Amino acid sequence: MTEPSLQIRFAATESAVRPVLRQTLRRFADRLSEEDAGNLELALAEVLNNIVEHAFAGRPPGYVHLAVTRESAAVFCRVEDDGQPMPGLRLPKGAFAPVAERIEDRAEGGWGWALIRALTFDLAYERTACRNYLTFRVPAATLGAGASGSG
Amino acid sequence: MNLLSELVDGTQVVRVDEERIDAAVAIHFKDRMRELAAEAGNRLILDLARVTFVDSSGLGAIVAVMKFLAPACRLELAALTPNVSKVFHMTRMDTVFAIHPAVPGERAAQAL
Repeated sequence: MTEPSLQIRFAATESAVRPVLRQTLRRFADRLSEEDAGNLELALAEVLNNIVEHAFAGRPPGYVHLAVTRESAAVFCRVEDDGQPMPGLRLPKGAFAPVAERIEDRAEGGWGWALIRALTFDLAYERTACRNYLTFRVPAATLGAGASGSG
Repeated sequence: MNLLSELVDGTQVVRVDEERIDAAVAIHFKDRMRELAAEAGNRLILDLARVTFVDSSGLGAIVAVMKFLAPACRLELAALTPNVSKVFHMTRMDTVFAIHPAVPGERAAQAL
């Protein structure tokens, strides 16, 4: 039996992210616990929003290829785009910063990579032939036998 | 973006009548909250019972609302669903907000 998988190609615009997430989650809904599905959705959302906002910042949106495969204990994701490379050709460190004491000093963002790192494993980035390749896995428990839908 | 504002026992409650506060609506959410909060007293409760997904942009927008309401008005949160609660916990933002299991004054079991 082949592992269920999904491939989507879409223009890197802000409005594309929601439908791509919806399609992905629907595809794997019957094979993921609610918690694992939530983790997958958040990790993918952060990755795709980063591509839309940074890889194509100041240039016309190119295309993003997303491939998602259900493995036995994880969901494997591969995201490819032809936007700008990651600064320094590496993934941002992405640690959760301590919360600022004063309200006016509190950050209104900067959690994206920390969330991605916390939600995933086997995170890897490669820049080859003017394309970005990001791969990662999100842990996903095997659901009990029984209700598995076809398709 | 549907945000419903009402008074519950004299406190302004804004119910987010949407499933998502994400990058697609973060700016709109902030703008709408700014309009609605014009009538706020010393605290405003954001009812998140319907919200099943918040990403880092949505979370940033909620923190931004807390910042522009302060110091006159305190933003509190109510009825976080499990996925939303997790994002607040992972980013430690659960330490900066008062978080209520349900909107105070409303019976938790009340069906909406």
